[in-house]
Amino acid sequence: MKPAAFVYRAPASLPEALAQLREFGGDARVIAGGQTLVPAMSMRLARPAALIDLNGVAELAFLRAGADAIEIGAMTRQRTLERSAEIGRHARLFHLALPHVAHFQIRNRGTFGGSLCHNDPAAELPAVAAALSAEFVIAGASGDRTVGADGFFAGLLSTALEPDEILRAIRIPYLPGSCGFGFAEVARRHGDFALAGAAAVLRLGGDGTLDLARLVLFGVDDGPVRAHAAEAAMLGERPSDDLWSAAAAAAVAGISPVADLHASALYRREVAETLARRVLRQAAAELRDG
Amino acid sequence: MADGKVAVALTVNGERREALVEPRLLLSDFIRHVLRLTGTHVGCEHGVCGACTVLVDGAACRSCLLFAVQANGAEIVTVEGLAGPDGALAPLQQAFRDCHALQCGYCTPGFLISAHAFLRDTPDAAERSDAEIRSALSGNLCRCTGYQAIVKAVRQAAPAYREAGLEERR
Amino acid sequence: MTHVGSPLPRLEDARLLAGRGRFTDDVHPDGLLEAHVLRSPHGHARIARIDAAAARALPGVVAVFTFDDLVGVERQMPMILPDRRILHPKTQLLLAAEVVRYVGEPVAFVVAETRYLAEDAAELIEVAYEPLPAASALADAASPGGRPVHADVPDNVAGADEIGFGDAAAALAASPRRLRRRFDLARGHAQPLEPRATVARFDADTDLLTVWDTTQGPIPARAALAAMLGLGIDQVRVIAGDIGGGFGPKMVLYPEEVLVAHAAMRLGRPVKWVEDRMESFVATASEREQIHEVEVGFDEEGRLLGLVDHFWYETGAYIPYGLNTPFVTTMHLLGLYRVPALAVSFQAVFTNRMFVCPYRGAGRPYSAFVIERIMDLIARELGLEPAEVRRRNLIPPEAMPYRYPLTYWDGGPVEFDSGDYPGMLEEALARVGYREIRAAQAAARGEGRYVGVAAAAYCEITGIGPYEGTRVRVQPGGRITVATGVGSQGQGHHTTLAQIVADELGVAPERIEVTVGDTAQFDWGIGSFASRGAVTAGNAARIAARKVARQAREWASEMLEVDAGDLELAEGSVRLKGVPEVGVPLEEIARRADPARGRIGRDPETFRPGLEADGFFNPAQGTMGAGFHACAVEVDPSTGTVAILKYVVVHDCGTVINPLIVEGQVVGGAALGIGGAFYERVAYDEEAQLLTSTYMDYLIPTASEVPAIDVVHFESRSPHNPLGVKGVGEAGTLPVAPALVGAIEDALAPFGATFMTMPLAGPDAVRAAIRAACAARGEEGCRASGPV
Repeated sequence: MKPAAFVYRAPASLPEALAQLREFGGDARVIAGGQTLVPAMSMRLARPAALIDLNGVAELAFLRAGADAIEIGAMTRQRTLERSAEIGRHARLFHLALPHVAHFQIRNRGTFGGSLCHNDPAAELPAVAAALSAEFVIAGASGDRTVGADGFFAGLLSTALEPDEILRAIRIPYLPGSCGFGFAEVARRHGDFALAGAAAVLRLGGDGTLDLARLVLFGVDDGPVRAHAAEAAMLGERPSDDLWSAAAAAAVAGISPVADLHASALYRREVAETLARRVLRQAAAELRDG
Repeated sequence: MADGKVAVALTVNGERREALVEPRLLLSDFIRHVLRLTGTHVGCEHGVCGACTVLVDGAACRSCLLFAVQANGAEIVTVEGLAGPDGALAPLQQAFRDCHALQCGYCTPGFLISAHAFLRDTPDAAERSDAEIRSALSGNLCRCTGYQAIVKAVRQAAPAYREAGLEERR
Repeated sequence: MTHVGSPLPRLEDARLLAGRGRFTDDVHPDGLLEAHVLRSPHGHARIARIDAAAARALPGVVAVFTFDDLVGVERQMPMILPDRRILHPKTQLLLAAEVVRYVGEPVAFVVAETRYLAEDAAELIEVAYEPLPAASALADAASPGGRPVHADVPDNVAGADEIGFGDAAAALAASPRRLRRRFDLARGHAQPLEPRATVARFDADTDLLTVWDTTQGPIPARAALAAMLGLGIDQVRVIAGDIGGGFGPKMVLYPEEVLVAHAAMRLGRPVKWVEDRMESFVATASEREQIHEVEVGFDEEGRLLGLVDHFWYETGAYIPYGLNTPFVTTMHLLGLYRVPALAVSFQAVFTNRMFVCPYRGAGRPYSAFVIERIMDLIARELGLEPAEVRRRNLIPPEAMPYRYPLTYWDGGPVEFDSGDYPGMLEEALARVGYREIRAAQAAARGEGRYVGVAAAAYCEITGIGPYEGTRVRVQPGGRITVATGVGSQGQGHHTTLAQIVADELGVAPERIEVTVGDTAQFDWGIGSFASRGAVTAGNAARIAARKVARQAREWASEMLEVDAGDLELAEGSVRLKGVPEVGVPLEEIARRADPARGRIGRDPETFRPGLEADGFFNPAQGTMGAGFHACAVEVDPSTGTVAILKYVVVHDCGTVINPLIVEGQVVGGAALGIGGAFYERVAYDEEAQLLTSTYMDYLIPTASEVPAIDVVHFESRSPHNPLGVKGVGEAGTLPVAPALVGAIEDALAPFGATFMTMPLAGPDAVRAAIRAACAARGEEGCRASGPV
């Protein structure tokens, strides 16, 4: 389990990194935290001709409260998000999800952007990004472009990034008013990828009905699944167990779970529905207590 | 094809070290085979078992998930750097011995580094629940002890960290 | 002061904690080369051609060995445990020649300046394979028309045996009640955290080969290496220093150990090979797959009247380690219970998978699963408490020693030598809160909480022969050294042997330096396996130390001119009883016992210079370790997740030499058992491709999955050795699965879910069992009642 040889580049700036990426055509990979890429290289499942190491690109590691969104540099360590009071204030869903992301030693090195770009269907952070309607700022030769979460997560282990592009930052738009969050997953062991998971955000309007409802399932399809139809059906309704059950049932109607060593497709579907119900109830309880 | 070797300069356990390495050399192999600091162990080389955990600029990381070139300029602490300058066991190491928190000793260096980072960052660790301590230790696999004695040792060492932390702030 | 029985912190810990252990991969001789093994990617294939020219041409590559390149070395691996019941004693070749029979079988051995280069070179070796049909699942391999693994063994049956006593068929026929079940027990892997590793250096000036090796049996490994390499055993030194866990598979001799030594001799430079984690899953033996078809007869009170079992046991592609494991299963199949008649037969079946070997528990986790599940099934059938059914069947203390008319593989009887099994059961039930949980169960279900409780028993014949030995020496400079061939893979031998010797020599244990696993220090013995170290090496150490103590008294009697009978060993001296100031330190006696000049004046027939003795212990029979595990769980029926609320072990390992170490063994064993019960399963696909080759697929429990474990020692001395000890190394693993599964079933009683497989592979399996139970009752969907 030793990696094949490669050329190593350690750019100091994003333009330099983009130029180096172009220099090697499609044969180079950028390395962020490397917590997925390095083992793949050790197993020789990945064998890039060159590695462009983003760890020295200071402009990619930041976390700041902007005018209308929290802006997170792609190279921000997951541990930094976990410890950020700013995130706690504006995007607490991260703090519910991050303890489930592997282990602190991995989060110390693993980056937010790296997890999003890998887009493992059972990963927590893409689901959080989807639930928070994150916007992805992508840097390329001709400048930046921004895509939404629905556009960014393009399919199994793939994203909207072109081979010569690098994710610069993620914007998490503020959610005005008081929101409730819910997050739950079932994994084989603490820190494992989810067999199935769900995340929810709810907000009540002045009339006591929901004026914001988001529900995301993960581990049950080729990426995070935003349950748009279920969300729409909850808007304008008053919180109730029946509402959560209906929303959960609607959410799993649109998923295509697969079987693997650890769980059958049927199991994933059943549990996704249960967890959807639970995260909605959890988010609603926060509203009530909040 | 690969280009040649790359120069790395870093600090390991307070000592400045320099070497020419192939870019593909894993940090774990660099520490063990180039620096010959064999206290850091390699258990899985895919980032799960935690036996190779070291501090990189203060943060506990898997050294099998980093290339040595990436540690250029970094400060590394390995298990050999935990004991006092006179070689006396640190309170955490002593607690491991008192509680029989090691059997074969292979996973132990990784546990020590992880527990050290946890205790350093968690001044009230002694008051935390077993579940929280176990969660902090869940990134390291042990096949011998069943973890119970390790949890006990971490609890036992917690006051020493709190005192050291207070000392530092004074 | 008595050191045996005291919770002495371990003497070997300081260096391990400081990062100063000496594991095999830490050895780095000058001029070291590193090796990598090219392995078969097929479960079964013919090798048409191997072309290693490109690999040999790669700069930095020193040699590439294929089967044809192996010259001057025996190319057939040995049968480690030959056995008359083995019909086809198949072992593998050092490197595959014409056919590969499992994924991972070594095909070529690459030696290069670095491991990185060796792996590069291995990619350049072209092997033309012609795939053959592979026998993967045990059930298929054992079926008529199954795909043969070896052309000359069309039915795949490697060996078979039948044992028993009484007329079991008649007993069943006459039983008021009968019950028949099939149990499927999957493959598990020991996965010590240190992978296997070997370093070899051959010194051409002295013709001496030194091999650092992660073996549990350095002395038999030396014998096998010498034989295969054409050397005398005096020319081979095997050092098994610090070993990062063993649990069974490191007892086996593997091709890589021979290949490394052979390459070192051929190339004239030291060679190292370290198994990587993915290799460990294909290249290190795992254990089991067993399928049992069991029928029992019992009366209306739940008393077992007879048991008939036939089981299939998977050997993998070869059978170097013989039939040890299935035989052990048969011998423990009745657990701690009195049963009048037994008939058990098994067939060992070849499959196209890595071969198997004993793994901590060695067949007993299966026997415990079968008999303890039977107890639960009888309880369910009769509407009795599972604990009560056990109570009614246990061997009572007044029946001790109780023997089955069976002969164990050491030639001794299957004997329950001492202990209070009912007392242990009651203690386990009380500690886990059995009655309280039972009383609260219905109310909890009303709140949608599914809590269950169960207890399960184990027995284990431990401390078997043939023998082990220990050398104790007081050096003239004052060092006291103890050496034994029984290596340590974490069991704490450095400390327990020091405690035993310290008591005999009247010194502090800290003064005693124990060396294990170095054939240059001691080279008689077999190794660390089968929960036998404390019994065999421990008693041997006691014998050797007592001999040294006697020598010391004899010399001191001359030196002090007093009667030897009036002398005692204490505080590092031999001194006059009651007059401690009259004495002579041990090191002074050691110098007197090895004089440079002068006259000794002893009987030449018995004289031995120095303060030194070897002790050997060859037990006439094993000792019976026994105990109960009890646990309480809560199951979430909607997700199938299980939380272990409480876990209790009540066990009897005879005299406890060091409670810290014994508790560590028991708790660690239980954690391994939890893995085997719920998380760990080696999976292959239909073409015998391994599906679990990383720690992302093969799930080892972390600190978050293993609960707090409450351990209670019941000490009943074994009458079969002077220390009164019984083995405990494997005990903790044995009844974990039936205890957990029993509790889960109890929690899910309202659904009627049942589990007859091990492992119970995760929450999906729990959900599947709930669905199956509901479907059997004709209920659609089967949602949990209560809150979700």
